[in-house]
Amino acid sequence: MTEAARFRQTVRAIGLIRPPSVVSVLATAQTFTLDGISARPVRVEVDVHRGLPAFSVVGLPDAAVREARERVRAAMVNCGFDFPLRRIVANLAPASLRKAGPGLDLAIAAALLTASEQLELSRLPKLAMVGELALDGAVRPVPGVLAIAEAARERGVEAIVVPAENGPEAALAGEIDVICLESLGQLSALAAGEWMPERPQPMPLALSSGDGALDLADLRGQRHLRYALEVTAAGGHSLLMVGPPGAGKSLAASRLPSILPSLAAGEGLEVARIASACGRLGEGRAGGRPFRSPHHTVSPAGLVGGGNPPGPGEATLAHRGVLFLDELCEFRRDTLEALRAPLETGWVSIARAGSWRYLPCRFMLVAAANPCPCGRGEADPECSCAPLAVRRYQARLSGALADRIDVLAAIRQPSAEEIGGPAGESSTAVRQRVSTARERQESRLGPGRCNAEMTPSEVRECALDEAAASLLADAYSRRRLSGRAHDRVLRLAQTVADLAGSATIGREQMAQALQLRRREQE
Amino acid sequence: MSEPRACPDCLRRSRLLAHLAPYIEKIATGRPGARSPELLRLSNEDLAVAAAPNAATQILARVATTSERHLAADLLAAQCWACCRHDPRFPAGLRDAADAPWALIGRGDPTLLDRLEPEGTVTVVGSRRASTYGREVARELARELTAAGLLVISGLAFGIDACAHRGALDAGPTVAVLGCGADVAYPASHRSLWRRVCEQGLVLSELPPGTGAWRWTFPARNRIMAALAGMTVVVEAAQRSGSLITADLAADLGRDLGAVPGAVNSRYSAGTNDLLAGGACLVRDAQDVLDAMLGPGVRKAERVGPGLEPRLQSVLTEIERGEETCDAIASRLDISGGEAAAALATLEALGYVTCSLVGVYSRTLLQPQR
Repeated sequence: MTEAARFRQTVRAIGLIRPPSVVSVLATAQTFTLDGISARPVRVEVDVHRGLPAFSVVGLPDAAVREARERVRAAMVNCGFDFPLRRIVANLAPASLRKAGPGLDLAIAAALLTASEQLELSRLPKLAMVGELALDGAVRPVPGVLAIAEAARERGVEAIVVPAENGPEAALAGEIDVICLESLGQLSALAAGEWMPERPQPMPLALSSGDGALDLADLRGQRHLRYALEVTAAGGHSLLMVGPPGAGKSLAASRLPSILPSLAAGEGLEVARIASACGRLGEGRAGGRPFRSPHHTVSPAGLVGGGNPPGPGEATLAHRGVLFLDELCEFRRDTLEALRAPLETGWVSIARAGSWRYLPCRFMLVAAANPCPCGRGEADPECSCAPLAVRRYQARLSGALADRIDVLAAIRQPSAEEIGGPAGESSTAVRQRVSTARERQESRLGPGRCNAEMTPSEVRECALDEAAASLLADAYSRRRLSGRAHDRVLRLAQTVADLAGSATIGREQMAQALQLRRREQE
Repeated sequence: MSEPRACPDCLRRSRLLAHLAPYIEKIATGRPGARSPELLRLSNEDLAVAAAPNAATQILARVATTSERHLAADLLAAQCWACCRHDPRFPAGLRDAADAPWALIGRGDPTLLDRLEPEGTVTVVGSRRASTYGREVARELARELTAAGLLVISGLAFGIDACAHRGALDAGPTVAVLGCGADVAYPASHRSLWRRVCEQGLVLSELPPGTGAWRWTFPARNRIMAALAGMTVVVEAAQRSGSLITADLAADLGRDLGAVPGAVNSRYSAGTNDLLAGGACLVRDAQDVLDAMLGPGVRKAERVGPGLEPRLQSVLTEIERGEETCDAIASRLDISGGEAAAALATLEALGYVTCSLVGVYSRTLLQPQR
């Protein structure tokens, strides 16, 4: 017997190293990682074998995942588990998928506990788990739990372990058992069958935004703006408000979601999923039409989404709701240009080296601008803007993005009587009319579609009476309308007719549409 | 009809101006009273020495040696033609001025040269920074004058000039006189308007093709505009507007001078109101211009629109009172936003009002039938 063999025998005898049959132990746990706004399955494999004590995480982890080592170690020790002093390798499969965020902590800890024979999960149903660990073993909430729970349900996972705070959100996914965990220590009680938390109640999913505090009744006077808002909402059009600062543009825009028709249940879930993925869910209520108002210094990536790996931007956050661009003329041109294609398709596709993503962004665009840089308007004798500055400023009102805006509302400062006058019509009443108009559109165009989305061939099918047709032809022949504006006016006229409950577009309705249309520069 | 022609000497003169442009810029601007048209009375040699004492001989020699073929090729390449003071088709209005250009380089329809008689042409000018009111009056005035058979001249600048051209083009041809080469669209954002004028009207300049704009070339251009027309109408001008130079030059030449009145508290109209106080002809509409130029009642301007129902008439009255937005009208008349919108669109279709890029309405000159 050589010297080395004798040494090994001695060591084995005193139990420092297990016999070769148990030298290496493998355990796995199922989890999910967030990819944009959808979840991808990740299998955590932990291998514990002899060697110098080390803990490495492989499989394209980002910094937060790599740091999981320290959190998992501290959480295990602080919950009374042993941290094996061996060579530990945690592999995140598939190895080609980039994993992000601290949501993998819980699965890594569970796999490691199983591998070191401190936990026996086999008696539980097919399980997935997600959650961030605190150093004391507490389980912290993570973003995107709704998407993860839905993805788990689709893959046939029977139960999902989530942080307690994310429980109501995960329960929205339905048809999957949600187990709320408050600390890592509860995991062994759960595995032993000694403890089972109560199934959380799903978070209430609000479908209409009308019950909120923002009501259109706050808008005093401004009859034309009210009317423009109603038409915009009824047809899903886009709106540009031009007027001096403080006239009520932002107020009106923020009230627009409250007059939009209620969301369908599926749409509400879409909204909640996006909010959840962006970590914006959790005020006890999900859904409702979102209202996003990014500041004008926003970058293109911030507006339509981007980064590496690509994440959603304001446009996606405004999905099914309203994207309000205040001070349209102050936005960087490339930022606005980036919004063009998403505005038409309702999707934004972001490609980065190694990954690309399609994010939904079917929103209503509402923009506000001042008539000139000083805001008073050229007709005001107090306005001291240089003509070149005014031209440059207004030129932005006919940029590539502005060309996709349908409705123009010129706003003025409301008079003292109007400000002090009675409150306007409430959102509920307006929403009633808007919903009726939307129903008419859906019966004509198909479910979920509105007039703003009409294709050119559908626009041709709009029923006009003779007087309306001659009014439109007259405007077109006098070169007051471009070809594109011609179709835009027809779409608007159809919405006005839908609001009036009329089957054909009459003269009065055509005239209203002509007045509402956005003006173009000569 | 013969093509307009220009002799090489006159073309060389315009060449000389282009060569001297930077030198004239130095001595003609920034000094009060040193108005460029005065300089342009000088002969070739005197002008060169006055403007560029050191480089005069060199520049004169270079201009004198420019070959006739070269001059013609330049014009052809820029799709321009030229007409000099020795050609019978040279506009009559320019013959009696001492500082008149020697040659005009044109682009567009040369037959319009024959219509450039002072009796049949009006120059419409005004501030580059114009109010909605001024723009609308300029446009309507030019449209009606053109429809009444007059030729409207302006300078293709921002504001009033551009509106005058647009209005005139709605009804017929128009003439633009530029302070740069006739083939240069200046300001650049008026390229599409410049192209329309080239196609449907005529663009003139005393400078050779390709010359850029200098500060002194604008007052120089103004003297041509003032001399060409029998009457100069200033639509809107502030106290120190460049269009008042045109007005002065027209008055010096003994041409008629008209001005459109404006609100007394508006600084946009201070210059035109001053002109009126100084005896300029009051211009409220095309009829006033026609009366002043051709004699009272000789020609009638067509400017009566169809009658209006009471509802539309009340909306029109509100706009005449100075309400500008659809919202203000709805609230003044206590009608719904939709009703006001429909009424405004109808009025716009009939031509009684126009709407700006930012949704501000203004009244046109069209009068409803009573």
